[in-house]
Amino acid sequence: MAEAAVKQTPTDAMIATLDMPQGGWSDAARRDALARVQTMGLPGRRDEYWKYTRPDTLVQAQALPAALRDGDDTVLFDTVDRLKIVFVDGVFDAEASDDLSLDGITIERLADATSDLHWARDVYGVLENNGQNPVPRPLAALNTAFAADGVLIHVTGKPSKPVNIIYRRTSTTADAMLHNCIKLDAGAEMTLLENGPVAARFNGVLEVEVADKAAFHHVRAQGRDHEQRAATHIFTRLGAESTFKSFTLTANGVMTRNDCVIELTGDDANATVAGACVGDGGDFHHDDTVFITHDAVNCESRQVFKKVLRNGATGVFQGKILVKAGAQKTDGYQISQSLLLDEDSQFLAKPELEIYADDVACSHGSTSGAIDEDALFYLRSRGVPHGAATDLLTLAFLAEAVLEVEDEALREEVTARLASWLERHAA
Amino acid sequence: MLSIKGLKVKLEDEDKQILKGVDLEIEAGKVHAIMGPNGSGKSTLSYVLSGKDGYEVTGGSATLEGVDLLDMEPEDRAAAGLFLAFQYPVEIPGVGNMTFLRTAVNAQRKSRGEEEMTAAEFLKVVRARAKELKIDAEMLKRPVNVGFSGGEKKRNEILQMAMLEPKMCILDETDSGLDVDAMKLVAEGVNALRTEGRGFLVITHYQRLLDHIKPDVVHIMADGRIIKTGGPELALEVENNGYADILAEVA
Repeated sequence: MAEAAVKQTPTDAMIATLDMPQGGWSDAARRDALARVQTMGLPGRRDEYWKYTRPDTLVQAQALPAALRDGDDTVLFDTVDRLKIVFVDGVFDAEASDDLSLDGITIERLADATSDLHWARDVYGVLENNGQNPVPRPLAALNTAFAADGVLIHVTGKPSKPVNIIYRRTSTTADAMLHNCIKLDAGAEMTLLENGPVAARFNGVLEVEVADKAAFHHVRAQGRDHEQRAATHIFTRLGAESTFKSFTLTANGVMTRNDCVIELTGDDANATVAGACVGDGGDFHHDDTVFITHDAVNCESRQVFKKVLRNGATGVFQGKILVKAGAQKTDGYQISQSLLLDEDSQFLAKPELEIYADDVACSHGSTSGAIDEDALFYLRSRGVPHGAATDLLTLAFLAEAVLEVEDEALREEVTARLASWLERHAA
Repeated sequence: MLSIKGLKVKLEDEDKQILKGVDLEIEAGKVHAIMGPNGSGKSTLSYVLSGKDGYEVTGGSATLEGVDLLDMEPEDRAAAGLFLAFQYPVEIPGVGNMTFLRTAVNAQRKSRGEEEMTAAEFLKVVRARAKELKIDAEMLKRPVNVGFSGGEKKRNEILQMAMLEPKMCILDETDSGLDVDAMKLVAEGVNALRTEGRGFLVITHYQRLLDHIKPDVVHIMADGRIIKTGGPELALEVENNGYADILAEVA
């Protein structure tokens, strides 16, 4: 008890700075979540789940200021016809956003949704709460309790274009918490794009309920600010024959922790979570933490993570596949690899399998290595300069993760963004 | 064209001298062959000329059209007109063959101050050259050398040579791992590139490649030196009698 009492202090300090939106359909969920956070306490340095990533800057009551990145940015996904929803410093910007109507889909803002949204009631905080076992994720519960805004998307059909949540940052101090909920009805399909830095410090939760035979595609780029800090959580639950595919591109940012919790509850479902990350400098810290639970027959899951680290950057991967008793014919694939461009950078990986079914194929692999010198010499002997040859090999290394993005136009945008990052961060 | 004088090379990490004073002059328009037993230093010579790490030049010089090669980065040697067809072409997963070829061609052009090839121009040329070497479009799309057969890899080397149009081509045991038909195809590709302005250095163990790529001059290399130089008949002598006689002769 003594330890718990010590641990409560930063949690209470954090809670004291936050205002909980009152009333409405989400009220009960928020109060439950607050109780969860108070019981769990925010993560501390001694938490096993935060062994490789220090949570201090994410849990301290006051966010550290973060300088804005200068230099112009080409807008990602600009070649794609999409519905834009814009948040500036975590605050909805109606003028910059498109009209939120699209066939086959209903979009509302969390801050506006005062009428009783039955579907949202079944998702908001529910998937997050499910994802608290067996490992607590207090920052997500904190988010459920206090998130001021976000979008609620109910997908009933197959909308003609993707929804793109665009985040912009203009403040060096904004501390934002957004909570997005998506429900895809049986057979529905949607693509969600997210891009841009949200705030100096960002706590984000995305809950996605994917019903039978529905398909959800997600491509996220976390923005190019160097000093931003982010802790994000994705919680998803998949019905029978459904598909979930999420890809995250991370370039820059001092501290990023991306948790993804996937539960396969219907037979023949298919989940992929992938990420490509490029980091430069001793301040850069990036953590992908994944937990996939197979609780149905004949499901497939893929985790594909690639990180390129240089000048003392740190990458972390914690990925677990839990195959419950009865989840026969499970096919679980997990790979996490890092390309270390110098001896100062490091990659810490903790792949885990826990299997209670006997007819299962699960594989996991984790490597860290340097640029292949033979390949580099081969390219150079053909006249490709050292820098360009290194970039070509680096992009090739990242390609396996980027390939998990199904749509070709989106894939090309992601690749182009990675290529331009490499150009700017020449060795 | 290529002028090598008293070239001495040791391994960088080991106290092991590989080349002990190599002298070689290759004129434009000529094909020189180097034959020699295993461990004689043939491949080392090709690597040192193209700039691979791991070797230390302890004496002598190597120039291409009067320009010192040994001080240059590998990419600059390539831009200056040197090309090495690898004995073991490297597989590069994730890099498309086409992207690789175009990047290489344009990098060399850029470095020489020439205009880069447009995608359309490049495609036209590469298709024509590939067709001559019986390289199908599918192979061009695949990652560099990944899943290629031995013959496909060597044809891919010759395709690169055809696209890069070097002045001086070094072929390092291009016949290794090839059946007779594949060897003929590769040799035809090389012969098509024989021009007055281009020099060739063909490194091989066996005479049979030289039936198809007819050399003007044949050198025998042993223990890090060129020990004998002659005409095409020297290759036949090796084929018939092995290296023992020649080694004994010069000893």
